[in-house]
Amino acid sequence: MSKSLKLYGLTGVSAVALLTAAYNFADRNVAPMPSEVSFVAADAGSPDMMFIAAARAEAAADAKRIGLGREALPEEIAAWDLDVAPDGTGLPVGSGSVLDGEEVFIAQCAVCHGDFAEGVGNWPKLAGGDGTLADEDPLKTVGSYWPYLSTAWDYVHRSMPYGAAQTLSTDETYAIVAYILYSNFIVEDDFVLSNENFLEVEMPNANGFIVDDRPETEYPRFSEAACMEDCKDSVEITMRAAVLDVTPEDEGEAEAKEAMEEANTGADAEEANEQTAIADTASEPEAETAALDMGLVEDGEQVFRQCKACHQVGEGAQNRVGPQLNGVMGREMAAVDSFRYSKTLEQMGADGMVWNEETMAEFMEDPRGYIKGTKMSFAGLRKDEDIAAVTEYLKSFSQ
Amino acid sequence: MTADNENSGASRRAFLKGAVAAGGAVAGAGMARAAEPDPLITEVQYWATGFGDAVDETPYGMPIRFESDVIRRNVEWLTADTISSINFTPIHALDGTITPQGCAFERHHSGAIELKKEDYRLMINGLVDKPLVFTYEDLERFPRENHVYFCECAANTGMEWAGAQLNGAQFTHGMIHNMEYSGVSLRTLLTEAGLETTGDLSDKWVYVEGADASSNGRSIPMEKALDDVLVAFKANGEALRKEHGYPVRLVVPGWEGNMWVKWLRRVEVTDQAIESREETSKYTDTMEDGTSRKWTWVMDAKSVVTSPSPQAPIKHGPGPLVITGLAWSGHGAITRVDVSTDGGKNWQQARLAAEGQSKALSRFYLEIDWDGSEMLLQSRAHDETGYVQPSKDALRDVRGENSIYHNNCIQTWWVKENGEAENVEVS
Repeated sequence: MSKSLKLYGLTGVSAVALLTAAYNFADRNVAPMPSEVSFVAADAGSPDMMFIAAARAEAAADAKRIGLGREALPEEIAAWDLDVAPDGTGLPVGSGSVLDGEEVFIAQCAVCHGDFAEGVGNWPKLAGGDGTLADEDPLKTVGSYWPYLSTAWDYVHRSMPYGAAQTLSTDETYAIVAYILYSNFIVEDDFVLSNENFLEVEMPNANGFIVDDRPETEYPRFSEAACMEDCKDSVEITMRAAVLDVTPEDEGEAEAKEAMEEANTGADAEEANEQTAIADTASEPEAETAALDMGLVEDGEQVFRQCKACHQVGEGAQNRVGPQLNGVMGREMAAVDSFRYSKTLEQMGADGMVWNEETMAEFMEDPRGYIKGTKMSFAGLRKDEDIAAVTEYLKSFSQ
Repeated sequence: MTADNENSGASRRAFLKGAVAAGGAVAGAGMARAAEPDPLITEVQYWATGFGDAVDETPYGMPIRFESDVIRRNVEWLTADTISSINFTPIHALDGTITPQGCAFERHHSGAIELKKEDYRLMINGLVDKPLVFTYEDLERFPRENHVYFCECAANTGMEWAGAQLNGAQFTHGMIHNMEYSGVSLRTLLTEAGLETTGDLSDKWVYVEGADASSNGRSIPMEKALDDVLVAFKANGEALRKEHGYPVRLVVPGWEGNMWVKWLRRVEVTDQAIESREETSKYTDTMEDGTSRKWTWVMDAKSVVTSPSPQAPIKHGPGPLVITGLAWSGHGAITRVDVSTDGGKNWQQARLAAEGQSKALSRFYLEIDWDGSEMLLQSRAHDETGYVQPSKDALRDVRGENSIYHNNCIQTWWVKENGEAENVEVS
């Protein structure tokens, strides 16, 4: 209360503007308070009157309040209010070098973004693309496109690594951002980024943005009377989607079509039965491996969704960000030939360590605690039952 | 039905056969004649003899199994994985304007999280008189509002800039849904925290942020925040679905879907735009010369014919045909929709099923007597500001082909004589 009064006292004349604004923006269902507005306007010059006006404004604001919620504590605001603005507002004290950044980046980011921030597969490229924005196929990276360094710092700090957001320290964040700058040739390899020199970094595309100008460049043009008759001399098809053929096939539709075709030719009915029989035989060996708790396997399939971004398992599984997981249970660690594991995991495999229920549980509970330097940037599973379920699920893909 | 004379005998026969199969559909001026009595009518069917399901068979009902193809679909090659990705509403198979939650498109940046009402907190902080924390229960005690609004991803139709790519209204225009939201106006919550000490409101912003790992955050000018932004907890009468931000999401009427922050956890009053990742590196529109527009929040007027379309071909042959589609504008209400069957040479005004509602979907119909010849179907929306939906070429004239977002061009479906349709571009 006293804080508000003091502020009102300081702002003086602008109280009129404030109240007017409050009036304009007020909830339509709330009765306005015009008398206060005119009162302030008439006597804004006198300090005493200003004080009274402020008190009245406060009372009016209180009247609009419903009285729900509770005051946010400073610790709570500090925990959630992490965003960083272009002018550096919100940036915590700290620093990180390109060299430290390289190490953290390779451990935490390179699985998706590549060792040199060049991007892996369809994952975002963070470096390169300088001067390509007007090209047919622009490459938009932190270096070529992002106008503010604050955006990169803020995003890395709050949303990365993918699958383990908010696990990077302040200094690690500075280091990673320094490394991304270095990968874009914006700083040298001896550069150290800190809260103190943060605003000195010049982003190449800082002036590459304009505020939405559709009201000037498009709306007048697209608000002319619409032609209704004989609007063109001729109409030709200039491009067809079917030629490009990138629309996803609908499995359901294809299956339904096949089923229809089978149903239509009566002779095929027996063949279909035969196929079913074959399918039944084929599924028998699976039944043998089943000391499996199928309920748990099903639960595990749900839990595995958290892993799917990086790991494939099942028929045709390929290495993605992480290795494919067919037959992982009961196998030596770091055993998928074509995958580049962390040094620690390679060593554990060389030492003959095996993925079993115990090791898998320890790893999944705290990936980075169990394997120092693992490339898996996943925070881990908190619930024991989730770990048991996903382990059972992985067992169902033993080869 | 003079057009019939121009048709080949074969298609005429096919038409009649189709009409019989459909149980004697009305065909143009005259009725088709059934060759023999329809057993569906003359014989007692099992559903007319025995019982159906008891009342508690499905405590929460799902669509009947015959509608199992009316589902969201994903385009796998668009994104690196499905955790940070998008799928599409089956608009080709829906009618009316309200999108059922279960098939309304999803867009996640870090997956759809499970957040209990009991664990939900909303913080209002920054340049307010008193920073506050609300629980879910608190939100339900504020005066409530109900509004129908469309939510369109800024990238809807974004794959079509360089040419006709995806064959289906679901894929070209399905990053949209339209729901009736119940919630509390953001203005009410900001008032509760007190804007008396904020100073001049005209240059202030709110930064809104979600509780999921992506921390999706966007800056919204105060004028909009105090205008019609809603903190919503119900959609179409029931709780929001997990994939749409349960228990609480932001509704930013008429503005791009990315700003409709899901799992809303914080609203910060600031004196500048935060310029987060989602408002700089993404959701900015690069023009032909390489400069980019930022803060392109409003979704301009747009429409699409949903049927017939590639996934909804004409199966009944020539004769009465209902052409239907959706139109919407982030600037206000749709006032008119025109339809062309000849690729934009000539247009006729379609019928709006209801008077346009501000920032909500409108359904339009045009009933024609189709002569069975091929059509180049287009629709063109007009909104209350006088804006007319532009052609793709007109948009490309201004923007080039690399702006990704805000493609509200006129769509063309090439409907062939057999009733199948294809996504095409025309001169």
